[in-house]
Amino acid sequence: MKYFTFALSLLTASTALAQSPILTVYAPDYFASEWGPGPLIEAAFEETCSCDLKFKTGDVLPRIILEGERTEADVVIGLNTDITKKARETGLFEPHRQDNTKLTLPIDWTDDVFLPFNYSHTAFIYNTKKVTNPPTSFDALVNSNSDLSLVIQDPRSSISGLALVLWVKAVYGDKAEKVWEKLAPKILTVTKGWSESYGLFSAGEADMVLSYTTSPAYHILAEGDLTKKAAIFPEGHYLMVELAAKVAKTDVPNLANAFMAFILTERFQNLIPEGNWSLPSALPKNKWPEGFQELSMPENVLFYSEEDAANLRKEAIEEWRRALSQ
Amino acid sequence: MAPRSLSIITGTLLCSFVIVPLLAVWRHADASASLGPAEWAALRFTILQAFLSALLSCFLALPVARALSRTQFPGRRLVIKLMGAPFILPVIVAILGLLAVFGQNGWLNAALRSLEMGSFSIYGLHGVLLAHVFFNLPLATRLILLGWATIPQERFRLAQHLALTPSARFRLIEWPMLRVVLPSAFAVIFVICLSSFAVALTLGGGPKSTTLELAIYQAFRFELDFAKVALLGLIQLGLSLSAAILALRMAHEDQLGIGFDRPIDCEARSVIQKFHDTLSIFLALMFLGIPLLLVLANGLSNLSSLPVAVWMAALRSVLIALGATVLCLLLALCLLSRSGEVLATLGIAVSPLLLGTGLFLIARPFLNPFDISLIVTLCVNALMSLPFAVRILRPEMIKIVSNFSRLSLSLGFSYRSWVRWVVWPRLRRPLGFAAGLTAALSVGDLGVIALFGDAERATLPFKLYQLMGSYRTEQAAGCASLLLILSFSFFWIFDFWGRRNA
Repeated sequence: MKYFTFALSLLTASTALAQSPILTVYAPDYFASEWGPGPLIEAAFEETCSCDLKFKTGDVLPRIILEGERTEADVVIGLNTDITKKARETGLFEPHRQDNTKLTLPIDWTDDVFLPFNYSHTAFIYNTKKVTNPPTSFDALVNSNSDLSLVIQDPRSSISGLALVLWVKAVYGDKAEKVWEKLAPKILTVTKGWSESYGLFSAGEADMVLSYTTSPAYHILAEGDLTKKAAIFPEGHYLMVELAAKVAKTDVPNLANAFMAFILTERFQNLIPEGNWSLPSALPKNKWPEGFQELSMPENVLFYSEEDAANLRKEAIEEWRRALSQ
Repeated sequence: MAPRSLSIITGTLLCSFVIVPLLAVWRHADASASLGPAEWAALRFTILQAFLSALLSCFLALPVARALSRTQFPGRRLVIKLMGAPFILPVIVAILGLLAVFGQNGWLNAALRSLEMGSFSIYGLHGVLLAHVFFNLPLATRLILLGWATIPQERFRLAQHLALTPSARFRLIEWPMLRVVLPSAFAVIFVICLSSFAVALTLGGGPKSTTLELAIYQAFRFELDFAKVALLGLIQLGLSLSAAILALRMAHEDQLGIGFDRPIDCEARSVIQKFHDTLSIFLALMFLGIPLLLVLANGLSNLSSLPVAVWMAALRSVLIALGATVLCLLLALCLLSRSGEVLATLGIAVSPLLLGTGLFLIARPFLNPFDISLIVTLCVNALMSLPFAVRILRPEMIKIVSNFSRLSLSLGFSYRSWVRWVVWPRLRRPLGFAAGLTAALSVGDLGVIALFGDAERATLPFKLYQLMGSYRTEQAAGCASLLLILSFSFFWIFDFWGRRNA
């Protein structure tokens, strides 16, 4: 019986013993896992709030939309700029009440509902041992005659894949479909999500993988491996910003406000680089950890507002699909 | 064999467990949905790849199963056990294993390069088929092998006495059995492949190889169009059920005949037949074994570096697997009929994403879905294995009934002694196989946990994806090895239990 109870307790919820108020934060899985920044952020925030922060992981946006007004989330974290339009239209979120001028993003940020907590840019990552002569611009990549092979993510199932088609659209506009046709033979394959792509790249299947400008930092800092680099293109790189928002119907509004304010503190921001392997949204470059400061960063940053991204999405994906389906 | 009322109750429960969530998603959507050209293309590709995958898997399984049924060699049992393994791998692990052999950087291309024979690209429809055959060949082989075991031994002896030619033998003895087993194996593989997504996309080389499941995922994640999710799910369900019903109509079940219930022993084979058999077994072993060994070897050295959380997740996965196995076998035993076989197909006929969403919506008003996420995972895993369990158990059950029901009637056996002395000893072997398959499948399944799992209740495949999602390629490899070892142990232990004294 003892074993049975033990088994049952493993399967069902561990009921919280603490009586302190609970702040429920919906977060993507990579954020809240022990390999993401979640646990450290949780510990740091709990030191200041005398509360219990609980991460609930999963597909944040579909979930909160399914739950609607009855959601138990107080704060959501990990939304992406390219899909916030639908989130905003639900009316589930209320202003974050933080000072946007504290942000150190490469673009001006004026949104009063969605608060950035980290950012990165789309980029193709390569291994310097395998690719000795990387393309120096997007044009060079598109027109290169070498047999470079790329692995990318599907814009229909992956947020980074979506950022890629928007990137191409931002650089090439009406010529995007032509560019995809030229890129098609170089694309080894398309995967469901980022993990599968990066897995293929790590296994040596492809020369370059669609990832982020900050990806080399993991290899440098965690593995001491200096051979992974982002190819920087003068045409510009598409900006990916991750956001947090406060749920209007929260039952702990003060805690939720405190958490939103906590996001912009140095304590939180310092946990981002090596926790989420991306750039903190409100921390000047000279305070970034060693390794991040040396990363090659694009001078030119491309970005669509959520309105533009929502309008372009269907067309950009369809161009991509047509060009790659031939 | 279960009382009729029990079968009806089980069937009804099963239907509601699948249909109600679908309706819940449908109701939640406030608009109607229609299919665009991209979805129609996805539908066509989905059917094409599933049809070809099922056809190829069954076609290739035929010589392997026949060879295994009539060859005795040391390690034969081990080979038959290995036949369950690929089927239970998480998709990404299997893909990486296959790429280690067939990929740009794999063994095959290394060999071709050294022989200066150009290179082989796995990406394309043939890559999708290759992977689906890798997943399903073992299953098809085992299902067909079980069919062979139901042919009364006396028939083979008679064939030898009469000196039948191989073709006559095939026509008179083996074909009648295959007509029962093949359509059913084909249908179940067709249905599995219908919901393929990551394999089809990754190895298909791009959006040409889009399946319905991807369209469901897209509608769910980005378009947040739940009407479309439900519509696509309904199409998938319709396709699956049609396949299952069609398969049943093609199968003729009354030609198996009765025998003295003796095991098959080896038959005389010509030299050419012996050569064929050995070659079939050897090729199948290489094809299935090498990628698995590479996955295993790649991660073994990282096993010790796995953090406690991964081991806890493994324990959780084991418990879920055991629970799912019990539930699945109980359900399967209630569904050992023709209509039961169709109903059981429901378990894999609906996209897990859709099922998860629907259950989430239903549970939501009453309780916190997180609290029951593992129980739901357990139930869904049991459902997923149900079609296989039923297909594994049914041929044996038919044989038992046709061989012994008259004898038991004339001896006046009670229901209990009929089960105790006739059914149980004979059903034990397929039960062991079905249990092993269910447990192993459950350990490897990511399933609905991805939708509403959380860190406190992560399962092992969930941890694997977390590791991959945070650059920990090496630890993910360790995790994959652990998963493989667990699945295989389950499979082996249950199968062993079924075969002991059997």
